[in-house]
Amino acid sequence: MFGLDALHLARVQFAFTVMVHIIFPALSIGLASYLAVLEGLWLRTGRSVYLDLFRYWLKPFSLTFGMGVVSGLVMSYEFGTNWGGFSDKAGPIVGPLMGYEVLTAFFLEAGFLGVMLFGMQKVGPRMHFAATCIVAFGSLISAFWILAANSWMQTPVGFTVGADGRFLPADWGQIIFNPSFPLRLPHMVIAAYLSVAFVVGATGAWHVLRDRGNMAARTMFSMAMWMASIVAPVQVLVGDAHGLNTLAHQPAKVAAMEGHYESQDGAPLILLGMPDDKNARMDWEISIPHLSAVILTHSWDGHLQGLKDWPAQDRPRADVLFWSFRLMVGIGFLMVAVGFFSLWLRWRQRLFDVPALLWVVVAMAPAGLVALLCGWITTEVGRQPFTVYGQLRTADSVSPIGVAGVGTSLVAFVVVYVLVFGAGAAFILRLLVHPPQPGEPEPAPAPMHAAGITPHQPLTGEA
Amino acid sequence: MDLPLIWAALIAFAVLSYVLMDGFDLGVGILFAAEHGETERDVMVNSVAPVWDGNETWLVMGGGGLFAVFPLAYATILPALYPAIIGMLLSLIFRGVAFEFRFRATSRSGRLLWDISFGLGSAGAAFCQGLTLGGLLQGIHVANRAYAGGWWDWLTGFTVLCGLAVVVGYALLGATWLIWRTEGDLQQRCRGYARALGVATLALIVIVSLWTPMLNPRFSERWFGWPGILLTSPVPILMALLAWRGWRGLAHGEVAPFLCALGWFVLCFAGLGISMFPLMVPPDISIWDASAPHSSQAFLLTGAVVLIPIILAYTGHAYWVFRGKVKAGVHYH
Repeated sequence: MFGLDALHLARVQFAFTVMVHIIFPALSIGLASYLAVLEGLWLRTGRSVYLDLFRYWLKPFSLTFGMGVVSGLVMSYEFGTNWGGFSDKAGPIVGPLMGYEVLTAFFLEAGFLGVMLFGMQKVGPRMHFAATCIVAFGSLISAFWILAANSWMQTPVGFTVGADGRFLPADWGQIIFNPSFPLRLPHMVIAAYLSVAFVVGATGAWHVLRDRGNMAARTMFSMAMWMASIVAPVQVLVGDAHGLNTLAHQPAKVAAMEGHYESQDGAPLILLGMPDDKNARMDWEISIPHLSAVILTHSWDGHLQGLKDWPAQDRPRADVLFWSFRLMVGIGFLMVAVGFFSLWLRWRQRLFDVPALLWVVVAMAPAGLVALLCGWITTEVGRQPFTVYGQLRTADSVSPIGVAGVGTSLVAFVVVYVLVFGAGAAFILRLLVHPPQPGEPEPAPAPMHAAGITPHQPLTGEA
Repeated sequence: MDLPLIWAALIAFAVLSYVLMDGFDLGVGILFAAEHGETERDVMVNSVAPVWDGNETWLVMGGGGLFAVFPLAYATILPALYPAIIGMLLSLIFRGVAFEFRFRATSRSGRLLWDISFGLGSAGAAFCQGLTLGGLLQGIHVANRAYAGGWWDWLTGFTVLCGLAVVVGYALLGATWLIWRTEGDLQQRCRGYARALGVATLALIVIVSLWTPMLNPRFSERWFGWPGILLTSPVPILMALLAWRGWRGLAHGEVAPFLCALGWFVLCFAGLGISMFPLMVPPDISIWDASAPHSSQAFLLTGAVVLIPIILAYTGHAYWVFRGKVKAGVHYH
């Protein structure tokens, strides 16, 4: 199915660059909010453990933020280099949404990031806390606009099509608040929060396992488990609503997620099986009768469309969606289970005493990110073979670039990303295997300037 | 209201802001080629660390803005200059991560590796931006709303010269920035670099300026025809005045050389505008041809007129917080 033509190489390149990129903003969104909470708690309670945790997590945050900036810059130009057809036709709608992202979010984050990372002693704690909150808020605004753009591509409304094939905006309110946006946005933001909760929880668990008395480690583990107990179940509900929304607007995508090739009443929930897109049938199927109909239509004999209702060239790939969706959902329920178990242990006052839970949480460090990537694979591959769903085919979206050009740049991106972001991941892991200490040092060698507020306390740093 | 014209001015403002601001911090990276001391390199990086991310956001604004309000330009320029754009992006990755990574590296060789990544990334990004500028000026072949030229069109003597000019020009911005923001031996050496780079930049500007009108008869008509020459003749005169003032400042001045170097870039940019206007993608596509529909431009403009002044205000605040000479700071390891 994937030949070595320029279209497929361009798709692989976009998939690769965007999947690497999304990891960093997801971590930045979650960590920025977490840092704002930690700094707020420190200012409110005066307990130094929160300041220690703030400084501890500021270092990985600044690494992920920097990697997000440079990998995001690639995205903002890749639409033009590789997807000229899409840019020309859909630019009038998607472009201004991204323009607003730059104007309202990127500048805001960049304008206060310097103060957040280096400015504690220059501007004082209150202004510094304001900067942290602004950066966290900026990351959420950014999510708002990029998800509005993505959701419009999934469920396009509020436009007309011009004689030259361009999408002409008719109603910006409809375009931004398109049908899938109100669910996609919270689903993604919660996913980012949960991803970070499990990274933080795993780090805390690791250090509690090595030193039960480490107060900062206990605090971060406990905070992460509150997130798993409360936010993970919320995510299941939001995800369910999002699925029903997809059924209403993109039924072919749901059919592929469920592995339903045949249209049927009272469709079974296929737990496991081997989708065969070529022959449009499910092999080795293990299923529960009627359950899919009950979940999706809330009726025992509800009707669900199968993939065969669409012409073969209009179907998304069930062999990808079936698995990516199951992996995401499976991880989601595992998180809920961990959350409930931790709640029970907390009630028994044994939260830090059960090594099994600590080890499970350590193992689940990447779980949130894996689920998040699976969710994006599900929704994006499920949009195929269109870039703007039902309106503009992927094949008509690509730039007139030859195989050699796209292939060379793809290889270059893979090599550079593996080297650079691999090194970045190693730096982050190295920071996280160090236990958080009382009097945690500042994140970076704070640039000293002659003017401005003179530091009251000596700069802390590893000399 | 002529929205395409307003937007062309705003995009030009974004690109100029980018060149002026990221220009000096890329220049600081390019000067890693001359400065090898660990302390000096730390000071150099620290002088731009709190602001580089904001500077680079103007590049996203330029690209994203083009996508939003001149999608045809975005959809034809970027494929035409594909290798230069990809090269720029990859270079910016290497230098962008180096800000953090060079302080995280534990071994001397690891640190050296990220210093090289910072220096070469900065130089590579500058060179690719010059290629892009040259490629745009020499013209892009478009048919049926898509790039219709060849794979190597962007690589000519002219584009390579432009690439070189941008590298040298950014290095000049970096050197004059460091004169302003550092002191002692490093500042003295930067005065020396700035002299050599100033002469080289001026020479390259002259060559590019003489070559450009030969690329397209429209350009030469604009520069040497009547009444265009009334508009164009002040440009070289102002260049010379700034050169004289900046050269004097190099002896003992603090901020004057930097301001004069920025002035050169503003003038070059104005010259570029004089050549290109009203073309968006030479030789055929005008500002109006490349425009997004009215409602797209109006929608984004509503936000831009409110937000751009606010952005400039808090960007100014960030520069103000980190004002003053950068001292040799605390070492991390």
